[in-house]
Amino acid sequence: MKKTKINSNSLLLLITVVLFVVMYAGGCIIYSSKGFTHLQTFLNILINNAGLICVASGMTCVMLTGGIDISVGSLVAMDCMILAVGIEQWGWSSPVLMVLILVIGVVFGLVQGFCIAYLDIQPFIVTMAGMFFARGMTAVICRNQVSIVSDKIFTTLAGLKIELPFGGYMNKKGILQVPYLRITVIVALIVVILVYLMLKYTKFGRSIYAIGGNQQSATLMGLNVKKTKLKAYVLSSFLTSIGGICYCLNTMAGTTQQATGLEMNAISSSVIGGTLLTGGVGNVFGSLVGVLINGTISSLVKTNGKLISSWSNIITAILLCFFIILQSVFAKIKDSKK
Amino acid sequence: MEAGVVLKMQGICMTFPGVKALDHACLTLKKGEIRALMGENGAGKSTLIKCLTGVNKFEAGEIYLEGFNGPIVNKDTMDAQNKGIATVYQEVNLCPNLSVAENLYIGREPLTKIGTVNRKAMNRQAEELMKELELDIDVTRNLEDYSLALQQMIAIARAVDMDSKVLILDEPTSSLDDREVEKLFTMMRRLKAKGVGIIFVTHFLEQVYAVCDGITVLRNGQLVGEYNIEELPRVKLVAAMMGKDFDDLASIKQEGSGDKRKEPLVIEAKGLGHAGTIRPFDLDIHKGEVIGLTGLLGSGRSELARVIYGADRAQTGTLKVKGKEVKIKNPIDAMNLGMGLLPDDRKAEGIIGDLSVRENIILALQAKAGILKRIPMAKQIEIADKYIEMLQIKTASRETLIKQLSGGNQQKVILARWLATDPEFLILDEPTRGIDIGTKTEIQKLVLKLAAEGKSLIFISSEIEEMLRTCNRMAVLRDGAKVGEIEEADMNQMSVMKAIAGGDSNE
Amino acid sequence: MSSLKKITQKRLFLPIFSMILVMLINVIYDMACGNAPLTFFTVTIKNGVLYGRLIDIFNRGTEAAILAIGMTLVVSSSAGTDISVGSVMSLYGGMCCMLLAGYGNTNVSNYAVPLIIGIGAGLLTACVCGLFNGFLVAYMNIQPMVATLILWSAGRAIGLLLCNSQIVYVRVPSFQKIGGYVGFIPTPILIAAACILVASLVLKFTALGTYIQSVGINKKASRIAGFNSAKIILLCYVICGLCAGLAGMVATSRIYSADTNNIGLNMELDAILAVALGGNSLGGGKFNLAGSLIGAYTIQAIDTTLLALGVSTAQSPVFKAIVVILIVVIQSEPAKDFFKKLGKKKEMAKGAAQA
Repeated sequence: MKKTKINSNSLLLLITVVLFVVMYAGGCIIYSSKGFTHLQTFLNILINNAGLICVASGMTCVMLTGGIDISVGSLVAMDCMILAVGIEQWGWSSPVLMVLILVIGVVFGLVQGFCIAYLDIQPFIVTMAGMFFARGMTAVICRNQVSIVSDKIFTTLAGLKIELPFGGYMNKKGILQVPYLRITVIVALIVVILVYLMLKYTKFGRSIYAIGGNQQSATLMGLNVKKTKLKAYVLSSFLTSIGGICYCLNTMAGTTQQATGLEMNAISSSVIGGTLLTGGVGNVFGSLVGVLINGTISSLVKTNGKLISSWSNIITAILLCFFIILQSVFAKIKDSKK
Repeated sequence: MEAGVVLKMQGICMTFPGVKALDHACLTLKKGEIRALMGENGAGKSTLIKCLTGVNKFEAGEIYLEGFNGPIVNKDTMDAQNKGIATVYQEVNLCPNLSVAENLYIGREPLTKIGTVNRKAMNRQAEELMKELELDIDVTRNLEDYSLALQQMIAIARAVDMDSKVLILDEPTSSLDDREVEKLFTMMRRLKAKGVGIIFVTHFLEQVYAVCDGITVLRNGQLVGEYNIEELPRVKLVAAMMGKDFDDLASIKQEGSGDKRKEPLVIEAKGLGHAGTIRPFDLDIHKGEVIGLTGLLGSGRSELARVIYGADRAQTGTLKVKGKEVKIKNPIDAMNLGMGLLPDDRKAEGIIGDLSVRENIILALQAKAGILKRIPMAKQIEIADKYIEMLQIKTASRETLIKQLSGGNQQKVILARWLATDPEFLILDEPTRGIDIGTKTEIQKLVLKLAAEGKSLIFISSEIEEMLRTCNRMAVLRDGAKVGEIEEADMNQMSVMKAIAGGDSNE
Repeated sequence: MSSLKKITQKRLFLPIFSMILVMLINVIYDMACGNAPLTFFTVTIKNGVLYGRLIDIFNRGTEAAILAIGMTLVVSSSAGTDISVGSVMSLYGGMCCMLLAGYGNTNVSNYAVPLIIGIGAGLLTACVCGLFNGFLVAYMNIQPMVATLILWSAGRAIGLLLCNSQIVYVRVPSFQKIGGYVGFIPTPILIAAACILVASLVLKFTALGTYIQSVGINKKASRIAGFNSAKIILLCYVICGLCAGLAGMVATSRIYSADTNNIGLNMELDAILAVALGGNSLGGGKFNLAGSLIGAYTIQAIDTTLLALGVSTAQSPVFKAIVVILIVVIQSEPAKDFFKKLGKKKEMAKGAAQA
């Protein structure tokens, strides 16, 4: 009984980490001539996916309760549109808009969470309605693409390079290329760390795991299941809003078709990162690795240059499918043991 | 309240729609006593427990608890827990994905100054608790890493650490093996020494005599009696649980219904078994024979029938139907061989609640016909009306939803479903549970009629008289294995009860 | 009072009520615009084809109606929804047009392969998608919405892949006819009618309906009664895939091109909404196909009305999302309990007043 065995959950995470390493190493070998080996390539994956990292952190919390939130992609689009239109057409300053977006995120989460936790409606239906609502609202706010150019604070934030003291290299012209990060990456990493600590060390965090483990037991053990669920959905929408701001700092624009399929990326990142669809197992660092895998896939597809971009969607879907089936098989094995 | 008594329940009454679940039931529990609560299915054990823990609302009666002046009423399980009544269920109600320490303390974790969970303190406290209960468990590991028995004990530890006066163990041993059960008993005795009163619900007789001080027996929602363990040897206990009172319809079976052994074999099972539910068994059934399966709840009587029918797939052994060896993977295979099964859990496995009486009746016939051959509406109506008339099913119309019918009538509809397929071999698992006396007799008569028509039947019931009245032969089951058969000539109350009780019956 | 209650409890109350409501809004709108009050219902023949808002609704509502058939069965049998239908429609478009135009061509006026092969391959692809979804749900025990999420994302991407990320135009009259007119009647209306006819004949002359409902209501009991639940659920998903293919066929031929990014976009919402609006519980069990169909056309009527009111197609999801939420909230158990309590309170107040 005492000897340590690898249980199926850590096995899932292990597979993910190995997959990432193999994939990245493979990329380095195949595309070394195209600069895949540079540190900046890796940092770019982080920069491009900073928003997704925030979104996936929130998604992980919701999925740990055994739920799902597919409204996140549309919410990001709506956030971007509010920022863009707010700055360019209403003439608001960006800090005010950012606060507004966070408040909208909380309210959005409250409505969804209430329907799910207190009215017992399937999370998927509620958040799907939320998804279409947010997407439609994006079009209601503005139907055209709006680029952000006029707000100084915002453009400065977006342009800010945080240079790293190591890992530089000389390019062909002999100029030193210093690897850098963007502010969004810092935000995203802080989010990941905070969510990790929250999940591990707070009553709320542990309640989330308990609910995912066995909702009935959680109730019998005296936890407030409904309130915890509500909070989880609020947290998801709130983090999505932070992610939305990060996303916008990357794209510097609002369009109606922005961030389509982002929910898919967030869900697959969580699942690939070892979060069980049935809830209760997983952690936010796994999801971070999941995001990195997704990022690596699209980076590889882009570096290849000949493949069209929908390949990255397809590969992600195949991976998701693989991990879902893996989970289902593991669950079956576990059941049969009992 | 008398000295030394920690819990007293008096005159508890409770009705479910159409059924009197508890009729002035009583229970007294002393400090530092382990009391078995016994009774067959539908006796009202779990209902009584639920009344105590606040899950069910009882209509009359009082509950007295040590430390409270007047009668108490618990609003819900939390309320009961706060008053010192803790319950551990058959299924472990903990979270498998959390660590042992967390399972012990979640909802009341020790906190740090900044309000986060103090994991160190929690683990330390948990370790101390484990040491106190002499359990060798690493509290930082996940609960799912431990065996069910240990999980069960952790659940008990959680309950006990909440300063409970009364601990209810609701069939905690059904999924444990002998060694694990022994561990559990050690723990129970230790708690008893500490002065905790324990109510132990189980259907394993051995265990009752191994660990309990007293026995409270319920039957049909009423108190049969409260006994000290010495006063009540096994056979008397079985008698108390099953009841001996014959109702007025004494004998409906024709004497000397003849030896059916000369008739051709319909079912020959050799070494049939399913891991975890029923150990390999042999069983022969002849044409026109009614075989009774007897044994206490959980003895494997339902499971045996389910393996033959393919509701649980047989993992070992061979089955011959009318001399031909067959492989049954799914119920439909069994049906095509002329079998039918009326399951014991009517609600979960019998009725299709939102479909009408007509649809429920033709269901099995339709399944046999296949998806492409829809039974014409006129035929459906004809069949439905025929059985509503024949079985006197009380329903507003044939299009009434089955869930709106009473339990007895629902049962008749399921019976009609199988009769409509004209089966050669029919398994009736507790067909008379929870239905009124009149309907019971009707069903018993129907069983005999079917047998006279040359159909073979398996009849399972918790009531011995019922089986004595209908069966040609009985197979006895105990603890998941078939342990013997009783011939018609030897069948009487005493012999059956002795067989069920097993062991040294003079104990 | 009690007769009103009886009416509101009828299964078809919700869809018919909403249909009437939409019609009323149209009548009021027309009156406000100074048109004849019944403009909405007027059907005329213009340029040799039927013309009118009603015809438009029936024409445009074809995809939703066909999808609603499959979705109803899926919801009933598995208590979950197939959210991949929109993507599968798009995948049909990609497959069919790629074959008809030949891979890599973007604008053709001659078939590369016979029309029937293009359509057949497209429908077959759709069925395979259904098979995939059904396998995950029925045999791997994965929640329906998560299982269909995979194709929801990948379906469209594969479609794009088949078309090399481009919009493939097939400018052949016989192809356009599927989305055009037969005589003076719009072909989609005929296709929808045919699908509805086939579906109702199947339900009438086979036991499919009984099987599906039985499995949807009580899986365990259905197994004991001799049904193979997994097979039934699989079948439902395949049918749903086929329906998505047929809907894709209409949508593709309408624009005689494979615009993979836009074909079937958000159609899953319409299909699910149609089922819910039709008075079917999204929790599975009993179903009512007629209700779903009325629901589907009602949604189209809402769309058409919104368009007439000046709301763009990109914005209309806002309203639909609100309608979905309202319906599921009303259907939810806590809300039902709340209304029941409210009713009881009223009765008690009445009783008290009388006493």
